Amino acid sequence: MKILVPVKRVVDYNVKIRVKADGTGVETQNVKMSMNPFDEIAVEQAIRLKEAGLAEEIIAVSLGVTQSQETIRTALAMGADRGILVETDEALEPLGVAKCLQKIAEKEGPGLILMGKQAIDDDANQTPQMLSALLGWAQATYVSKLEIADGKAKVKREIDGGLENLEIALPAVLSVDLRLNEPRYASLPNIMKAKKKPIDTMSPADLGVDVSPRLVTLKVTEPPKRAGGVKVESVAELVDKLRNEAKVI
Amino acid sequence: MSILVIAEHDNAELKPATLNTVTAAAQIGGDVHLLVAGHNCAAVAEAAAKVAGVAKVLHADAPALEHGVAENLAPVVARLAADYGHVLAPATTFGKNFMPRVAVALDVAQISEISAVESADTFIRPIYAGNALATVQSKDAIKVITVRGTTFEPAAAEGGSAAVETVDAGSEANDKVTFAGLEESSNERPELTTARIIISGGRGMQSGDNFAMLEEIADKLNAAVGASRAAVDAGYVPNDYQVGQTGKIVAPDLYIAVGISGAIQHLAGMKDSKVIACINKDEEAPIFQVADFGLVADLFQALPELSKELDKGA
Ligand SMILES: Cc1cc2nc3c(=O)[nH]c(=O)nc-3n(C[C@H](O)[C@H](O)[C@H](O)COP(=O)(O)OP(=O)(O)OC[C@H]3O[C@@H](n4cnc5c(N)ncnc54)[C@H](O)[C@@H]3O)c2cc1C
Ligand SMILES: Nc1ncnc2c1ncn2[C@@H]1O[C@H](COP(=O)(O)O)[C@@H](O)[C@H]1O
Repeated sequence: MKILVPVKRVVDYNVKIRVKADGTGVETQNVKMSMNPFDEIAVEQAIRLKEAGLAEEIIAVSLGVTQSQETIRTALAMGADRGILVETDEALEPLGVAKCLQKIAEKEGPGLILMGKQAIDDDANQTPQMLSALLGWAQATYVSKLEIADGKAKVKREIDGGLENLEIALPAVLSVDLRLNEPRYASLPNIMKAKKKPIDTMSPADLGVDVSPRLVTLKVTEPPKRAGGVKVESVAELVDKLRNEAKVI
Repeated sequence: MSILVIAEHDNAELKPATLNTVTAAAQIGGDVHLLVAGHNCAAVAEAAAKVAGVAKVLHADAPALEHGVAENLAPVVARLAADYGHVLAPATTFGKNFMPRVAVALDVAQISEISAVESADTFIRPIYAGNALATVQSKDAIKVITVRGTTFEPAAAEGGSAAVETVDAGSEANDKVTFAGLEESSNERPELTTARIIISGGRGMQSGDNFAMLEEIADKLNAAVGASRAAVDAGYVPNDYQVGQTGKIVAPDLYIAVGISGAIQHLAGMKDSKVIACINKDEEAPIFQVADFGLVADLFQALPELSKELDKGA
């Protein structure tokens, strides 16, 4: 089976982001960009399935600006086989992304689509569920354990009340959570090899999808700052302040 | 136009996040209808009818709806949605799981995890782990929205007297997904998202056994116990303890962080708490920057002391 892994280029999770002074968005110029951390976990899972003989080919897909190629290269260096770049300067929303991925999935016919549970820039947590609905395939979100056998996936999902077990038929769309695995680092030889792996480039229009946004961002602002930073000297002082100053205990 | 709110429940009780979502709906303006979709959940529908500000309860009952499986629930919601201007659900793992499918069925965008209502078509939502707030306007005919519970007060659970109407529960028990059991965490304490006080432990706790020190203090304060990702990853506590960008979002009156460094992703889940206290041996730890009361100390000394100090009468 083929595995499709959508990977998004986002501001690196270690970067302390800055809101643009004119309130139009978040500064992304001269900022370190990386693969969305959840997508690294998805790529790692795909590679493990391939290593276990359960998959033959891993295709990494990214939608966005030209530089999203670098994100695909990272996936190829980790062990994906080839890439697809859907290139656009449009500000993408999950619905548009899911519609493009639907077209690619219909063409490639993967048995499994592994995705991140959320992109750490828009924090939307929508695209996998939307893609699953568009394709009419089963979905399992927030997966922290995965077993594949007999054309079925057994998954554990991390939910608010604990863990949920599901058995789902393939093909399916899974979104992965932090504890599914620890992604590997690409080795230097593999980074070199990845440069030769093919990346197909196309546009949303080539796929017949209109990705124009449905939402208008009127402004982006900084959240109110906390006035923290006050230290206490002892446990007794801490308790006293909580009791008599803040009156919370 | 009326607003449809999807209730979260376990077929026996309404979950508190539903009440915060009702408040968000009321702020949008219009009659608020509450959908209780489940199996043998008449008791929940009755409880829903008592929620203040709810004009009507829609009760959909079918075996396929018992566990809130997204593939079964979304079509029921989407069919009803046609008569509404807004569809709202809590931004919990329940709501986040099925709402994007409703949006697809209606071919509209979803607005995730709103933290404020500006007007009937304009909302504020946190992005980048809450380090920026986006004000977004939707031009879609039906607005599909999930609601961050901590920024809306809960509606009163009593006081309303809405009529309960039975609606079509559909027949679409899909054959692609089988529910195979819940492993509920056996936590007797107040729920993280509704607790008035939370005490959380991080990697500094060193082991699951050491969490007993936090539990002891939690007992004295009637607090919930939470954790950082590092503590969950290390297996000290189960996943549902995790507070943060990808765990639970909490905003209690008092949040006590113990042996937690204060990474951006952890702060994302708790920086709206009214009062933050922390205990950390590294005075450079970023948690001190957001703490109203920071104590630089070894937690293995400070926690037993704290426990004793709390006994010294209020
Ligand atoms: C995509 C993504 C999502 C994430 N989501 C979350 C999330 O939802 N929630 C979350 O919490 N994290 C999340 N993280 C992880 C986050 O980046 C941090 O790694 C994590 O929060 C660190 O946990 P910690 O503070 O317990 O551990 P550390 O950073 O290791 O800090 C331990 C602290 O304990 C202190 N300490 C040690 N011993 C003692 C002692 N004896 N007495 C007092 N203090 C002591 C140390 O000084 C240190 O400050 C996420 C990361 C990524 C990449
Ligand atoms: N532009 C994109 N390119 C590739 N994958 C994406 C893109 N946007 C979202 N995804 C995938 O969808 C997941 C969830 O994203 P979101 O719904 O935006 O939170 C991500 O972890 C990716 O796997």
